[in-house]
Amino acid sequence: MRTAIRFLRKGQIVELDRFEPTTTLLDYLRLSERSTGTKEGCGEGDCGACTIALGRLRDGKLIYEPVNSCILLLGQIDGCELVTVEDLEGPDGLHPVQKALVELHGSQCGFCTPGFVMNLFTLYHANTPGLTRQDVNTWIAGNLCRCTGYRPIVDAALEACRDGLNDVFAARAMETESKLAALQDAQDIHVGDDERFFFAPSSFQRLLETYGEHPEATLVSGSTDVGLWVTKHLRDLPKVIFLGRVNGLSTCYEDEQGIRLGAGASYAVAEQFLKSIDPDLEVVISRIGSKQVRASGTVGGNIANGSPIGDMPPMLIALGAEIELQSNRGRRTLPLESFFIDYGKQDIAENEVLTSISVPRLSADEQFRAYKITKRFDQDISAVMAAFCLTVKDGVVERARMAFGGVAGIPKRASSAEAALVGSSLEDPGSWQDALNAIESELVPLTDMRASSTYRRDIVRGLLEKALLEISASSSQKTRVHGQRELVEGGAHVS
Amino acid sequence: MSADLLEKTEAGTSTSQVVGKSYKHDSAEKHVSGTATYIDDMIEPYGTLHVAPGYVLHEACGRLTTIDLSAVRAAPGVVAVLEAADIPGVNDCSPAMGDDPVFVSDRIAFHGQLVFLVVAESRLQARKAVQLARIEVEAETPLVSVADALKAEQKVLPDYEFRRGAPEATMERSAHTVKSSFALGGQEHFYLEGQMAFAVPGEDGDMLVHSSTQHPTEVQHTVAKVLGVDEAAVTVEVRRMGGAFGGKESQANQWAALAALAANATGRPCKCRLDRDDDMILTGKRHDFLVDVEAGCDAAGKIEAVQINLNSRCGHSADLSLGINDRAMFHADNSYFYPEVLIRSKRLKTNTVSNTAFRGFGGPQGMFAAERLMDAIAIKMGQDPLDVRKANFYREGENTTPYGQSVDEHDVLAALVDELEESSEYRVRRKAVDAFNAENTILKKGIALTPVKFGISFTLTHLNQAGALVHLYRDGSVHLNHGGTEMGQGLYQKVAQIAATEMGVRLEKVKITATNTSKVANTSPTAASSGTDLNGMAAAIACREIVGRLKTFVAQQFEVSEDDIELVDDQMLICGKQKLSIKELAQLAYEHRIHLSSSGFYKTPKIIWDRERVKGRPFLYFSYGASCSEVVIDTLTGEMKVERVDVLHDVGKSLNPALDIGQIEGGFVQGMGWLTTEELWFDDAGRLRTHAPSTYKIPTATDVPEIFNVALYESDGNPEPTIYRSKAVGEPPLMLPISVFCAINDAVASLNKGVLPTLDAPATPEAILKAVKAIKVGEEG
Repeated sequence: MRTAIRFLRKGQIVELDRFEPTTTLLDYLRLSERSTGTKEGCGEGDCGACTIALGRLRDGKLIYEPVNSCILLLGQIDGCELVTVEDLEGPDGLHPVQKALVELHGSQCGFCTPGFVMNLFTLYHANTPGLTRQDVNTWIAGNLCRCTGYRPIVDAALEACRDGLNDVFAARAMETESKLAALQDAQDIHVGDDERFFFAPSSFQRLLETYGEHPEATLVSGSTDVGLWVTKHLRDLPKVIFLGRVNGLSTCYEDEQGIRLGAGASYAVAEQFLKSIDPDLEVVISRIGSKQVRASGTVGGNIANGSPIGDMPPMLIALGAEIELQSNRGRRTLPLESFFIDYGKQDIAENEVLTSISVPRLSADEQFRAYKITKRFDQDISAVMAAFCLTVKDGVVERARMAFGGVAGIPKRASSAEAALVGSSLEDPGSWQDALNAIESELVPLTDMRASSTYRRDIVRGLLEKALLEISASSSQKTRVHGQRELVEGGAHVS
Repeated sequence: MSADLLEKTEAGTSTSQVVGKSYKHDSAEKHVSGTATYIDDMIEPYGTLHVAPGYVLHEACGRLTTIDLSAVRAAPGVVAVLEAADIPGVNDCSPAMGDDPVFVSDRIAFHGQLVFLVVAESRLQARKAVQLARIEVEAETPLVSVADALKAEQKVLPDYEFRRGAPEATMERSAHTVKSSFALGGQEHFYLEGQMAFAVPGEDGDMLVHSSTQHPTEVQHTVAKVLGVDEAAVTVEVRRMGGAFGGKESQANQWAALAALAANATGRPCKCRLDRDDDMILTGKRHDFLVDVEAGCDAAGKIEAVQINLNSRCGHSADLSLGINDRAMFHADNSYFYPEVLIRSKRLKTNTVSNTAFRGFGGPQGMFAAERLMDAIAIKMGQDPLDVRKANFYREGENTTPYGQSVDEHDVLAALVDELEESSEYRVRRKAVDAFNAENTILKKGIALTPVKFGISFTLTHLNQAGALVHLYRDGSVHLNHGGTEMGQGLYQKVAQIAATEMGVRLEKVKITATNTSKVANTSPTAASSGTDLNGMAAAIACREIVGRLKTFVAQQFEVSEDDIELVDDQMLICGKQKLSIKELAQLAYEHRIHLSSSGFYKTPKIIWDRERVKGRPFLYFSYGASCSEVVIDTLTGEMKVERVDVLHDVGKSLNPALDIGQIEGGFVQGMGWLTTEELWFDDAGRLRTHAPSTYKIPTATDVPEIFNVALYESDGNPEPTIYRSKAVGEPPLMLPISVFCAINDAVASLNKGVLPTLDAPATPEAILKAVKAIKVGEEG
């Protein structure tokens, strides 16, 4: 067992053996290192001013991902390279993304700029051929700028990325890879004492043992939710168990039946598997949180926190996904929809851990549609998240699964509407009416700052109608203002 | 100030002018490398303490029955807890009216009004200690909305009106009348750097305050007032802000006061940095309005009479509401001649945080009313909205505003709109939109072209003054200081370009320095788009004073005429030939005891405003612009996308085209957010529930249209003698995206011709769908 975390910083290994379990990476940077280039804008992972880059080995290769340092716990960066805005200037002066931002007038007040620089640094290292404006827009959706209107920032991104990789980080990538490889080990990490600790088990066994001993401990995966308990609710979380080092917990694979996602897989990783099921999964996932959030946040966390407004559960429920839970008493599987019992109440026992999610593929006669309705297109929590999976034979609906987020205390299926839709003809919109009426009466959503009850009901009905219109392909007219499904179907990527 | 200094408005005789060029922001390299220092980045002196404000969590108004802070005082790290009774001076941080207590002790008037302050060793300790307070309130039902306050007839300031003729009677005789009532939302500033102040105590009760403020002088006055010391004992400095947009004009005062109170009480440096949620809950926003517009027009759609009611939510105190609501009235005509008119303003008092300045300062809300009226006329009369707009533009003989100032540059407005109509291909695209709508039932498109005419000058006339301080050192370098503050707009660079041009030195020779109340005193806020107009001129005047002395000296020394002496590119030329470098010249002048420092002072000419009699010329000139926007909406969900925007904007002779374009684009996107995704949502208890970026949605890059053509209008220069014939650019572009809203309205209107949509602003997906549902059953807005 190690009693310190280790990470790579400016080419050197840093070891830290004394920090509070909930110390954030941003506080470490600004208060301990006194590296004040990284800014705090909101303290909740929504503005991107605190964005830093983490270098990690994925399948042995170095990749850089953007992360909101304000809600990331310091212990989570074990085994990573930490890159901040102060580090980019090389012997030849400013980094290409910095240079482009300067030359194209990409900063005004400058406060969001370090976050943009670091996110664009990761875009630069993604080295994507044929980068488009839309690609950049999606990539920087987690960085808010209130001054420029973004146009010059996007121009600078395109300009900097035009000529391919040519910076000191690329030049020393192999060296970095070997340094990071040397940091990987199969040890548990325990920083602190028995009462206050940051614990990062390396195996399921150690995870289940420790959680069994400390059932009051807080499990942390991406910290995109727990981070806010720390920064906003000022909660004292004396015992933190970090899941990111558990061997196998992030593993995803696919076979003939479907896709199995390790509960610890980030959205960024899970999306690579899920998008093969249907274009709408890619379209919706590209709008969940931001690039930063998707690099940290996990599908497992989105389920386990029991939120009624998570975007993944409705889609996964419509697809008929199952989950696996483990504890030191054994393992069990259950359909995802029965995991959610009531608001704040899930079918999970004390010291049980969500370990994986199995998602079946669509059969040839199944049609899937998903819609995320928000005030703002990118990086916004849904007013309503709707997912539909229809089994259609000879133009008649044989089976229907519909699931919604944001309309009840839990992700909810619309069973009356599903029943009413069975037997409907796709060619006859008149036969849809019973289902459209049923869905309006069976869901009774709340009014809150995201949407009124009336609006939520209106769009639930409108989205069922839209799904039916699209699936029936009864007309060639356009059905979506952003047209992203069409883009994906046309071979483009939106995430 | 001598007349000839004012007259000289063209850039000097210099052969390589620095003005007019697209220099990058002075701090651009520092921004991108993280080395630009914001206040929270400054190295903290030993012993620095941190403060956190305390307020009642659940109630918005009522009598305080219990204030038990014993657990707060006992919390780890707490050094002091301050309340109203601990204020040595006056318990007020208002800009003028004396109605904004720093702390309350008997009753709260809005959710978030401060009761106490914790001073602790760390910020986290201070924030945690705040949570331990036990405060009880005898809660009363708060007045939250404009409608609540209208019903209760609660006002922070008296009503005010502009009247010409008898529009009520004229309207009755008009061939056509239209009317519309609508709600227009407020807006959170969402500067990326939150409110911040850092107070460092000195000897003899001196206080140095680093404040993220647009108005250092007012912060100085507030701190002196609250501490009960002379203004001379307080120095306020600000090098840069991480955005402000009006939110740090009057409302930076309180946080500076808190830091200073804590520093005064403990004798240690104290830092006040608000958490983002606190920042959004505790500081005011753009005023939201309920508006009624009504007009009578002839058969061609030309207006004969107009009545407009502007009812705004001011919050619990006056703050800057007088000027803001006046400016809404000043802009309720936008670019249109109202032969007879009545504009009425009610400034309503609610149990919400006091609303404040925000880019446009009420102007956008007034202008929105005018554009709503144009759309209403067009829809009811079946005309193209652009034709109605053009038919009602100010023109020769019809160029007097409702407040009596004449619009002299109406030709610029007409020419600019004609040019944009052409370059945006408005007419062709109007047909394409109609064709799209004929073919599509789920998605509908809309297009609109709207103008902007924005009055430049503070309407509180005495604020139209500025000072600068310039030193020429013996090595030829120039120290530049003025009263304007840098919030990202590039003011420091523009003024440095002016100084370099005037001094005849390269831009690199001009040292930009932090705004500081001990260098230039009694300054006006950097607001009303006036930063460059005022401070640029003051700096030019200071430079001309020094250059004048140098020329007099050189003329004597070298026995030449002053007219033959030129300073350019760090050289002094006599009859076009180099004589001395600026360094040699400065040294020589010093040795001959020539004064190489000067202050400069400028006051805007020509303006006069008699508010009582509604008479005068409040504005030196108007800035113009226009934009054309095309959108598509989803009639099943209310989702919307802006597909294309074309902008043409008049900045006179641009001092720096890149910085001006930056203001135009940034202003456009910010204004678009105001009218589309940015929604302030209060619950019934009067608490703002959209108090973080997770719930309050400002635009992201995806919201910016893929096609976004922005151009500067080819101007002959400002006819008024502004600095190098430029025009102000800070606020006017915020109103350009009214065309986005009008385009959405146009898309909704396509569903039922002749019916005015009920669309409120912001046009969120929910608001759009509501309007779609209403128009389908023929409900009018």
